[in-house]
Amino acid sequence: MSVLTLTRRGPLANTLVRHLAFAVLGGVVLFFLTSTVSAYRDFQIANVGYYVVAVAGLTVLTGLNGQISLGHGALMMVGAYTAALLLERDNPLPLVVVLLLSVAVTAAVGALVGAAAARLRGPYLAGATLAFAVGLPGLTSHYADTFGGDNGLNVLTGPPPERLGLDFPPERWQAWITLTAALITLVLLANLASSRVGRSFRAVRDDEVSAELAGIHVARTQVLAFIISAACAGLAGGLTAVVSGQVSPGAFSVALSLSILAGAVLGGLGSLTGAVYGAIALVLMPSISSSASDRFTLSTDVQHNLPLLVYGALLIVVMLAAPQGLQGGVRRLFGLLRGRAPVTSVRNESVTEVSVTDPER
Amino acid sequence: MARFLSVTLGGLSGGFVYAAVALSLVLIWRATRVLNFAQGAMAMFTAYLAYRVIEHGASYWVALVVALVAGLVMGAVVERVLVRPVENGPPLNAVVVTLGVFIIVEGLAGMFFGGTPHRYPTHFSNVNYTFGDVSALAPFDIWVIVAVAVVAVLLGALFRYTDVGLRMRAAAFEGEVARMLGVRVGRMLTLGWALAAVIGALAAVLVSPNVPLSPTSMDAVFVFGFTGAVIGGLDSPVGALIGGVGIGLLLNYVAAYAGGDLQTLAALAVLVLVLMVKPNGLFSTTVSRRV
Repeated sequence: MSVLTLTRRGPLANTLVRHLAFAVLGGVVLFFLTSTVSAYRDFQIANVGYYVVAVAGLTVLTGLNGQISLGHGALMMVGAYTAALLLERDNPLPLVVVLLLSVAVTAAVGALVGAAAARLRGPYLAGATLAFAVGLPGLTSHYADTFGGDNGLNVLTGPPPERLGLDFPPERWQAWITLTAALITLVLLANLASSRVGRSFRAVRDDEVSAELAGIHVARTQVLAFIISAACAGLAGGLTAVVSGQVSPGAFSVALSLSILAGAVLGGLGSLTGAVYGAIALVLMPSISSSASDRFTLSTDVQHNLPLLVYGALLIVVMLAAPQGLQGGVRRLFGLLRGRAPVTSVRNESVTEVSVTDPER
Repeated sequence: MARFLSVTLGGLSGGFVYAAVALSLVLIWRATRVLNFAQGAMAMFTAYLAYRVIEHGASYWVALVVALVAGLVMGAVVERVLVRPVENGPPLNAVVVTLGVFIIVEGLAGMFFGGTPHRYPTHFSNVNYTFGDVSALAPFDIWVIVAVAVVAVLLGALFRYTDVGLRMRAAAFEGEVARMLGVRVGRMLTLGWALAAVIGALAAVLVSPNVPLSPTSMDAVFVFGFTGAVIGGLDSPVGALIGGVGIGLLLNYVAAYAGGDLQTLAALAVLVLVLMVKPNGLFSTTVSRRV
């Protein structure tokens, strides 16, 4: 792994510099993209932004560390309600601070869930996180005075800054907010993945006993992965609140958790680039569904549920087609579909290639 | 004290429903070492079919039979077509496949039946009997308890006294050896899933008068059943029954003394506690398999 990295020359040999360069390049492209498209497209791009954060977070947890979570929709809910409650005050804090607090609160909740999760494996972990996803929305009705019950809360976000011009479309401003967050998240996660911590994540995923023998504290590593993943979900939730202008328990259903999982699986678990594709698919699916419904004059019930069918079919097909397991196999499969030789993934993935694991161990 | 007794007895019928769900999960787990996350969703779908049948004028009993048959077919098809290829792979693959089934079935229910909750009709009275200060156990609750108890006894008899039951146990216990001795192992596993889905369908029909039917209405019931099954150790049918009834009682205390919205989180707390303290469940017979 390190041998291949050393063969690079010039400033791009430094991982951090390379990731930052990609981020700046992406930022410039996105700046021009968001400035040319319609307001609706900007709104969609804003949605892609927060989905990227959520899917990338789950990718780190499941793809890098081998833990499954069906509770990421609920973790997003924690972030979203934190942001909504903070923005509700008379003198709201700056948006950046609000989002950072969303991250902090959700990471704290993630630490709790993660501490329990580190002792659970496979189906048990999935069941426990599912219980979390099903149960958490109940809190909003139990403490309806604070959380607004089923109707939720309105999120008060200010207009775009005045120096951008008075007729600056708010959708574009929202797109900039979520895309900035997404790029920062991706750079941080990419660095993490290629750091010592990322390697210990992968080591724990591939073989817990070997990792332990190599001096890695397995439980601590798993909790850390869960905290990082939860922090991403919290940021995504905070951004959701800002973009949609309201938070309600119905928006953070089990279906959301499973959609994020589908997005991560679609992108090929373990790949942050894949997380971007997965997030784009998650945003495009509902609009494809609605245009299909218009063309074939299907009812709104069909239109709303069509994406669920696609996500479900996707999860099943990928699992049937990648029998080696979630790790590596999925990624290789999609690498082949994109017409890439597996060689390109060796740099980050030499460990993944030998990852036929038994998570039940 | 009277209130406590009422609450305790009131938790029984819910507990027996969760016991049925737990039993169905254990049945599948024993046969194929897969935890079927679609169990609740599949059951919900069969209850919807039954609801439609009632809407068209059929009786409660005809609708019940429709739900059970639909469960039988669904369970068999899902196992044979979707789960069979991943049964011997990494456990996470099977989990993800059943999640795929879960989300597809919920999507289909939303498509065909819409999102509005429907209260499933029943011709049993929902008025509680009163004994002094204690008021609990309506005729409907008695029907729920009797139905689940009868199914549990029938299932026990099937496994203990019949030829098919013996084959199913052999197939689940040691597939390769059973195959050598002439048991059609694949068929037995399909049958196990089908029977489990029948029990799930029964649970959905029994719970839907109290938990109005909607595409997601069985999510929480599934979580409670799963918790009951884990308390029992996932391996033990008797443990599943006791765990299911136990979680039903506990949740009714939570609903009565803390608030109904906290039930699922309470179940989560119990789940995590049991898995941390006694990962094999309170009634499990195997010790080699760690969580």
